[in-house]
Amino acid sequence: MNNTCIWILAFEGFGREREALEETVLLRYEKSLTYLSFFLLQQHTTFFTLIRYCIFQITQKKKTFASFFSLLSKTKSTAEMALSRLSSRSTTLLQPFATTSLLRRRHISTDTTPITVETSLPFTSHLISPPSRAVETSSQELLSFFRDMALMRRMEIAADSLYKAKLIRGFCHLYDGQEAVAIGMEAAITKRDAIITSYRDHCTFLGRGGGLFEAFSELMGRTTGCSKGKGGSMHFYKKDASFYGGHGIVGAQAPLGCGLAFAQKYSKEEAVSFTLYGDGAANQGQLFEALNIAALWDLPAVLVCENNHYGMGTAEWRSAKSPAYFKRGDYVPGLKVDGMDALAVKQACKFAKEHALKNGPIILEMDTYRYHGHSMSDPGSTYRTRDEISGVRQVRDPIDRVRKLIIAHDIATEKELKDMEKEVRKEVDAAVAQAKESPIPEPSELFSNIYVKGFGAESFGADRKELRATLP
Amino acid sequence: MLAEDASFTVTHVHPMRTLDGITLPHVLRFLRFVTLPGKKKMAARIHGGAGAGAATALSTFNPKKLVAPSRTNLPAARSSKRCIVAAAGSDASKSLRVGHSQKLIANAAVATKAETSATTGTGHELLLFEALQEGLEEEMDRDPRVCVMGEDVGHYGGSYKVTKGLADKFGDLRVLDTPICENAFTGMGIGAAMTGLRPVIEGMNMGFLLLAFNQISNNCGMLHYTSGGQFTIPVVIRGPGGVGRQLGAEHSQRLESYFQSIPGIQMVACSTPYNAKGLMKAAIRSENPVILFEHVLLYNLKEKIPDEEYICNLEEAEMVRPGEHITILTYSRMRYHVMQAAKTLVNKGYDPEVIDIRSLKPFDLYTIGNSVKKTHRVLIVEECMRTGGIGASLTAAINENFHDYLDAPVMCLSSQDVPTPYAGTLEEWTVVQPAQIVTAVEQLCQ
Repeated sequence: MNNTCIWILAFEGFGREREALEETVLLRYEKSLTYLSFFLLQQHTTFFTLIRYCIFQITQKKKTFASFFSLLSKTKSTAEMALSRLSSRSTTLLQPFATTSLLRRRHISTDTTPITVETSLPFTSHLISPPSRAVETSSQELLSFFRDMALMRRMEIAADSLYKAKLIRGFCHLYDGQEAVAIGMEAAITKRDAIITSYRDHCTFLGRGGGLFEAFSELMGRTTGCSKGKGGSMHFYKKDASFYGGHGIVGAQAPLGCGLAFAQKYSKEEAVSFTLYGDGAANQGQLFEALNIAALWDLPAVLVCENNHYGMGTAEWRSAKSPAYFKRGDYVPGLKVDGMDALAVKQACKFAKEHALKNGPIILEMDTYRYHGHSMSDPGSTYRTRDEISGVRQVRDPIDRVRKLIIAHDIATEKELKDMEKEVRKEVDAAVAQAKESPIPEPSELFSNIYVKGFGAESFGADRKELRATLP
Repeated sequence: MLAEDASFTVTHVHPMRTLDGITLPHVLRFLRFVTLPGKKKMAARIHGGAGAGAATALSTFNPKKLVAPSRTNLPAARSSKRCIVAAAGSDASKSLRVGHSQKLIANAAVATKAETSATTGTGHELLLFEALQEGLEEEMDRDPRVCVMGEDVGHYGGSYKVTKGLADKFGDLRVLDTPICENAFTGMGIGAAMTGLRPVIEGMNMGFLLLAFNQISNNCGMLHYTSGGQFTIPVVIRGPGGVGRQLGAEHSQRLESYFQSIPGIQMVACSTPYNAKGLMKAAIRSENPVILFEHVLLYNLKEKIPDEEYICNLEEAEMVRPGEHITILTYSRMRYHVMQAAKTLVNKGYDPEVIDIRSLKPFDLYTIGNSVKKTHRVLIVEECMRTGGIGASLTAAINENFHDYLDAPVMCLSSQDVPTPYAGTLEEWTVVQPAQIVTAVEQLCQ
């Protein structure tokens, strides 16, 4: 079996022996193809997919060996392009000999049989032994990753255009590029675990189960928003999903998050709380104060530093003497994770949850990147080059990574994924349109929810005459 | 922080000094009061011979030992001077029942309260910090979600002994000793409150809470609003503030003026053991974030409070002494200076109405308004700074709402706009003294 593979691999270099090997393979393929397919199933890189595809083509005698060769000799990316161009058919994973019509459209796999993927980068750890690089996932999960991340990406882009159309005002901090952190975290935890984050909270809200309509309404200041239009972009909350916001002041959520962990310990809930903050907030004193208390009292707190390398306009090397944020906990163990790899994030969060429940706080540093500027008022290019942004987008984009995984595992085809993205786009557009129609809050809403139960005290509006309300 | 000699179980009466020369510690030393516990009302009898009169320190009364050698300053000396003091600290009607007051001596310098409803039992006497502790303990017994966090509240027992014994009773998870990080532990309390716990956060001195201002303002006050009502923050933030005995500028701050603009919080100031316990309990039970201002010098006040459970209304002002000529609004420690001045004023023939506003945010404009409508003159006596203090807001509120009822401009006596000096005499001059109150009343009542 392996010989066949080796020969195929060796083809790239050899010219004259091509024909000879060709015959051998063709003669022997029937015996070895089964083994080959299964063998290739273990390797999840595109290269082997290509080979498998080509073998399949050969079995169907659709392509000659020559074309197989030409495919091999091209670069990987163009081979992918060729693959996608050629493939309008899908293959069944476990039936290499299937002679079913190649034009039949297969249903996108919702298989939950576990697939094991290795993360692209190893975990770096501090004071703790890192989790394994092999992540268990399933095709259903991968597809949900893709869909949810595409949804988040599309939502942020829609928010971008809404801001430019002046329907969203004030501050709007966009999360595109960092979706893998939100998605991977959700995959590892339950709705009883709490998440609290800073102002870059649109996608985290979505991940916790928030609706697009509520999100857009809140952004546009309508009553139907998740905070009744009174919070805005920086104040998304979802209490029933244990999403605690949404905070405008950098670092203020760190003590709050440790307070959530304290409450979980107090009520013996067996849940953890994830406190997300950025590399800018990592220099806040209250973070270290909270970390000290959390470590002292053994709170089930996971502190997650979403390191996108820029604190607004200041690069991390200019603001932190020690940019190893996962080590800054000193006595608290830490783990550095590739934040653009949703599966790595999932593995790390699962590991962190287990650790926090038993041993107290842990710091996760997610190495991630944001494509937009700090907020919509920031072009994002004065402190970094456009080449850097596009470079990251090409090489490390989280959605593309999952896309490649999905295609590599033949869970869906490129076209299906594109269709999914189109669906997502329609969904987002529909939500935007619906949110645009929503009503703006009533004037009396100015005075509601200030106190929980009012006491008949009167309150006045700015004009001191017309707008009066008795606090409810 | 008061010296131990300020307890009030004195068994003999000291000769009275001139009223102007008496400072608060002296006053407290010489006062003796007796309480008649009424249902949910504080009843107190003032010992006539006790001298200068802030009407709040209380002690056991034994009529047989009543000796009142010098009453030269009191115009109409009688043998039995008994006045009933009651705090309108309940949801009883706010109208003042003055039936019984007809029998009382005209120069009684303390609040008269008619209601002598059947005494349900003897109350028990305790100091203000013990009253706070009792309130806290009762609430912690009642609701397992109540926890206390602060510096040295646990094993040490609290720097003012308010949380003494609680750690032994409730354990380390409910009475938490925090490291010195006000920002973080205030934030933690607020985060815990978001999930449903009811923490009582203690600032060892109110001034230290400036470090937690962000948490108190943004997260404590505003979260209920910015989350569209999803989260309630039922925290109580408490601690001693105010000008003490030569504590220095940084430890003598009055934070009620800094916090008063924060939307979404309630502020109350306690002044007697009765209302301390009642307000503590009400604050813990309230769904809103409440800041409870105590005063460093008032922790050793003694009073008899009822045995049965009671709660004071958080938004209600307390009628300390009804009167006809002028309304004096005050809170916390200044209440005692005012009552001391009221003694003098009564001797001079004035009839001041003294209201302890208790609720600093929001103001109890109902009680205050009724009083203004009756007397038409207002004097505010406060310990805050002149600029931007509680008095300044109260002046604005009264002018706006009750302008037509005023016969004279609202006068506000506040502390000077200076950092509190260390030297004792200078410190005395930064806060309002009873003599200044007397002068102000005379000026207003011309």
